[in-house]
Amino acid sequence: MTGRPEAATEAATEAATAVAEQVTPDGAAPGEPFAVTLEVGSSLANHTGSWRVERPVYVHRLPPCNDACPAGEDAQGWLYRAEEGDYEGAWRHLVEENPFPAVMGRVCYRPCETACNRGELDEAVGINAVERFLGDEALRRGWRLPDPAEPSGRHVLVIGGGPAGLSAAYHLRRAGHQVTLREAQGALGGMMRYGIPLYRLPRDVLDDEVQRLVELGIEVELHHRVNDLAAELDERSFDATFLAVGAQLAKRAYVPAGDSARVLDALSLLSGAEQGTPPVLGRRVAVYGGGDTAIDAARTARRLGVTEPVVVYRRTRDRMPAHDVEVGEAVEEGIRLRWLSTVAGFEGGELVLEEMVLDEDGLPQPTGRTERLEADALVLALGEEADLSLLASLPDVEVRDDTVVVGSGAQTTHPGIFAGGDAVAGDRTVTTAVGHGKHAAGQIGAWLAGRDLVLPARHELATFDHLNTWYYADAPKQERPRLEAARRTSGFSEVVFGLAEDNALFEARRCLSCGNCFECDNCFGVCPDNAVAKLGPGNGYAFDLDYCKGCGICAAECPCGAIAMEPERR
Amino acid sequence: MDEHGDAAGTAVRTGPGDSGRTPVKYYQVGSFAVGNRLVALEQRTVQADPERSNALTSGHRACQGCGEALGARYVLDAAMRATGGKVVAVNATGCLEVFTTPYPETSWQLPWLHSLFGNAAAVATGVAAALAATGRDDVRVVAQAGDGGTVDIGLACLSGMFERDDDVLFVCYDNQAYMNTGVQRSAATPPGARTATTEAVGPDPGAPFGQGKDLPRVAMAHDIPYVATATVADLFDLEAKVETAMAVHGARYLHVLVPCPLGWQTASADTVRVARLATESGLFPVFAAVDGQVTSASRIRHRVPVEAYLRQQGRYRHLFPSEDRPGRPDVVARIQAQADANIARYGLLADGDGDGDEDGTRPPGSGVAGSGVAP
Amino acid sequence: MLRQLEGSRAIAEAVARCRPQVVCAYPITPQTHIVEALGAMVKAGELAPCRFVNVESEFAAMSVAIGASATGARAYTATASQGLLYMAEAVFNAAGLGLPVVMTLANRAIGAPINIWNDHSDAMAVRDAGWVQLFAESNQAAVDLHLQAFRLAESLSLPVMVCVDGFVLTHAFERVDLPTAEQVDAFVPPFVPRQVLDPDHPVSIGAMVGPEAFEEVRYLGHVKQLRALEEIEVVAAAFVDHFGRQGGGLVQPYRTEDADVVIVAMGSVLGTLEDAVDAARDRGRRVGVVGLTTFRPFPADALAGAVSGARSVVVVEKAFSTGLGGVLATDVTLALGGRTGVATVVAGLGGRPITQASLTGVLERACDGTLEALTFLDLDRAVVDRELARMDASARSGPSAENILRDRGERARGPR
Repeated sequence: MTGRPEAATEAATEAATAVAEQVTPDGAAPGEPFAVTLEVGSSLANHTGSWRVERPVYVHRLPPCNDACPAGEDAQGWLYRAEEGDYEGAWRHLVEENPFPAVMGRVCYRPCETACNRGELDEAVGINAVERFLGDEALRRGWRLPDPAEPSGRHVLVIGGGPAGLSAAYHLRRAGHQVTLREAQGALGGMMRYGIPLYRLPRDVLDDEVQRLVELGIEVELHHRVNDLAAELDERSFDATFLAVGAQLAKRAYVPAGDSARVLDALSLLSGAEQGTPPVLGRRVAVYGGGDTAIDAARTARRLGVTEPVVVYRRTRDRMPAHDVEVGEAVEEGIRLRWLSTVAGFEGGELVLEEMVLDEDGLPQPTGRTERLEADALVLALGEEADLSLLASLPDVEVRDDTVVVGSGAQTTHPGIFAGGDAVAGDRTVTTAVGHGKHAAGQIGAWLAGRDLVLPARHELATFDHLNTWYYADAPKQERPRLEAARRTSGFSEVVFGLAEDNALFEARRCLSCGNCFECDNCFGVCPDNAVAKLGPGNGYAFDLDYCKGCGICAAECPCGAIAMEPERR
Repeated sequence: MDEHGDAAGTAVRTGPGDSGRTPVKYYQVGSFAVGNRLVALEQRTVQADPERSNALTSGHRACQGCGEALGARYVLDAAMRATGGKVVAVNATGCLEVFTTPYPETSWQLPWLHSLFGNAAAVATGVAAALAATGRDDVRVVAQAGDGGTVDIGLACLSGMFERDDDVLFVCYDNQAYMNTGVQRSAATPPGARTATTEAVGPDPGAPFGQGKDLPRVAMAHDIPYVATATVADLFDLEAKVETAMAVHGARYLHVLVPCPLGWQTASADTVRVARLATESGLFPVFAAVDGQVTSASRIRHRVPVEAYLRQQGRYRHLFPSEDRPGRPDVVARIQAQADANIARYGLLADGDGDGDEDGTRPPGSGVAGSGVAP
Repeated sequence: MLRQLEGSRAIAEAVARCRPQVVCAYPITPQTHIVEALGAMVKAGELAPCRFVNVESEFAAMSVAIGASATGARAYTATASQGLLYMAEAVFNAAGLGLPVVMTLANRAIGAPINIWNDHSDAMAVRDAGWVQLFAESNQAAVDLHLQAFRLAESLSLPVMVCVDGFVLTHAFERVDLPTAEQVDAFVPPFVPRQVLDPDHPVSIGAMVGPEAFEEVRYLGHVKQLRALEEIEVVAAAFVDHFGRQGGGLVQPYRTEDADVVIVAMGSVLGTLEDAVDAARDRGRRVGVVGLTTFRPFPADALAGAVSGARSVVVVEKAFSTGLGGVLATDVTLALGGRTGVATVVAGLGGRPITQASLTGVLERACDGTLEALTFLDLDRAVVDRELARMDASARSGPSAENILRDRGERARGPR
């Protein structure tokens, strides 16, 4: 929305000329008393713009939601469409960045909402809820992803069918590249399928979004575990490779345990449940760890018939890496949390827990005091690491701390091999992985074209102090309904429901449109000099610099901070 | 987008003489903004309309950020819409007259007459009488003056116009001093404010307490059909009051607070903000009165202490401590007491919390009429 | 149709026949009977659709008239004395805006000391306002001048003030020939304003004019007044055509042919002067009178022509400019090319009767060449001298007016 200032100026000049033609050279109205009586509107000849020392300019500032999104979604942008009830337009805007709105609307930990300026006003906009509504609406209505571009003649290998690999495949395919996707498992989805429980992400939703993506023309090879990357690249030539093998190897901790003690890791619990082969757990299960996977494991165990799941964590709840939403839901479902405890031993159906204290740095320190907790099984949820054995044959791919080293261009130290997702350092969330895939796809495209990818400069952040919040009506956040806690634990039914359309529309309209004009007409209305032209729906406004005196009221009264004052250049 | 255009909410219009405020209920962001792309055209303000009359057009010589220029266009454009463009304006001498009509240019785009400083109300009476005598009953008269031309030199004519119930809407653009002549004190200058004739010196700096005229209440004492106050910070309210006023015949009075960057020593960009703080602090009560009785008052949405308002303005600078003066917290406290008295008198605070209801913002499904959504 | 009427009633009837559309007034003696009568006519519906506005002051009265006139309505008001001064700002304004308001001025002295009786101080105070000022010699003239005033005002787009001596005329019952409504309709056409507040053709009236054009605006006002001299004669001629009698114009010479001494005067004193001239002529004195019907614009050429043969010119006037002398006399002197021998007689201030005996004395002295340059007719020198003595004796002698009243009262009772 750059506006067309010249249009407004032209209009004003025409008006002034029209007036000038009606009046005599003395400015008098014909037939009326000289000087005392004047023809209307003749002041258009007086260009007060010459008084100006600052000029207003329309700007786009970066909304905090967009800034915070690991997947690079333009949340403000698609909310803008959704506000109008143009859900398909909103969805199309969304999938420019992320092909999984229905999945995201269920599994994303919503850094956008944490950053949302509305949180300082009342409550953050339920961006994730609207995203899910759009995603579900797309599946329900059968909206298709945009067609790929003309074939580029380039062929890219993507290794790993998780969120990073799928995201990369999507963006590469859309750019017209041929994409071959190799997945070790028998189904695509990676952690979305094998790490996230059903009650958070029903598999039909995942399957539908993945299928829709594959239908863009991605060559998928399931059950194809890449054990030796050098060999595969020798076998068949690719122009580039994206490595997104994830991190599935559970980290272990040494726990003195008797032979009879049942100790297993969280990932095998989750993937077993997914594949219909859940492990035998017993009645009382302790999960050791403080991340989202620990919570997922405890909640899954609860659904598998465990009556007394307990999560054991070394520190306190506020230091727990797991997200509040998940922890809260777990507590509702009867999962107990045990803080400041480490598992010192597991023997004879009893866990030995050692009480910890936090030192000045917030690190847990042992106290030597122990107590015992009855348990039939211990689930370790201490994190995962990537299995990078496929790189053994490519020693020039640098690996550090069990992750693949990539530069800012997502490229490994081996030219043409790029990497992302959990296999590289960073947040291990689905959203981050999607972002990696998109980023890598862009970099691969540039590399294939033999150029550097030049990303547009990030706009100034639209912080809260840029807003004039008086203009926003108070509007309570629309919460998604949830399954009653009592009914959750009897099966894997989805816990959180979607918003109905009217609630979703309401929620979209809670968006403050931070840093981006939403055509509220304030600038057009509050200008004491009529120096703002309204260009019609969708076209925004333009300043008429012939008359703008540079008072700055438009910028001060812009609700969303989409106008800046700049020093006049003369 | 069109089919969803009216999904934003429902305007609840009140009849003439009911209240100044036309509560427009949306559950849309920006409900208080001039317009909104999501709101049906008739629910936006007149100022949102690209076809608005611009009764006061560009090229005028008002200072940067002039509240009076803004207020006059707001009022007259609303009156023009309410009457189908049949408005004659009469103007007292003052800033508004000087900055709009220096020969050979005029910024007005409606029939406009300036006679003298103190006679706008009487001239308007003459215009109304002439319109009636010549059978042009469809044309309406708006007289306008600054606070000096209203509460001081113009009061006799204004009171006469009121008591005769002449068919005139008189609008006072109150910037609380004689700005055109260089910021001298008027009977509308608030206590404590520095002007060129109430300098910030001596034991009682600024304008004295216990003086001044509360013209809206003076007007109400005439039992005229409609009296209202408004500011340039709440356009919906202002336009609704003009619309209500134009639907009534007889003497009507609208008192509009218009901050003056020159006289108030405020930043030109802060004109609307300062007006908003005036109402949100309770210092300038926004209300309407029918036949001499207060019928509605605009509730304060986010109350602020008067200090938040005063500190924006250089004319109150002497009330606050700095390197070379101790400040006058006692005077600030007296001004706060005035705001508190206004709040009590007009009931400016909502009963209980009531935020959401005030704004007309309720979530769908909560049983509130007008929260429907387009299919 | 001849009727025996109070002057005010006759004026009201004349104004009513001109079909005013907005009449506004604030009461002040001796104007009240005029607007009372018009108010009654409007209230009775006889002047429909005319609006009668009871305003709160003379300032408002003229302001209402300004608004009404600018909106294309024929507007009328009446005032006197203090009222005229109270509306003075608006009086100037109406002329500056070129609005054809017609106003009756029931001439009355200006205080302090407050005085309700006749002189011309009020009219003289606004002589520079830009209005056309006409003076009525009689109630018949008052009627006739009002009929012409509306036509003149609207053809010139200038306001016209018809000056009628308070009490002497306004409250005097005389036989007056009032024209019929049909006759007046034929003489006074409907008002076609030169400028009007009209939403269909909006204009801005009353702009601020700075140094770059103000002088031109003022000069154009002067030219308008000079053109009015011609228009007044045209309208006066038309009046004769319509009504069959003289009743307006610039000057009215009376027995000035072969006159050595010509008296110049305005208003009701002219009747007394004509009687005095008749008597003097009977005594063989070659004297005459020139009445000024039009004071603004000043009919310099007409006056010069009328007095061209006179050896001396005496101005008898009911006002004076303190510290200078005659107001009218100054204008006459200027009109006569600054000729010497123009004597001023200030008479009738504050309603003091101007007797034929006193005027005869003036005429005799003028003929004998013994008339002083400035004469205050029938001034009680003894009273003045005693007050001057008091003033000289003490810096705090008190208000002169009260001293003089006390002095006169004590003398009337005689020494104790």
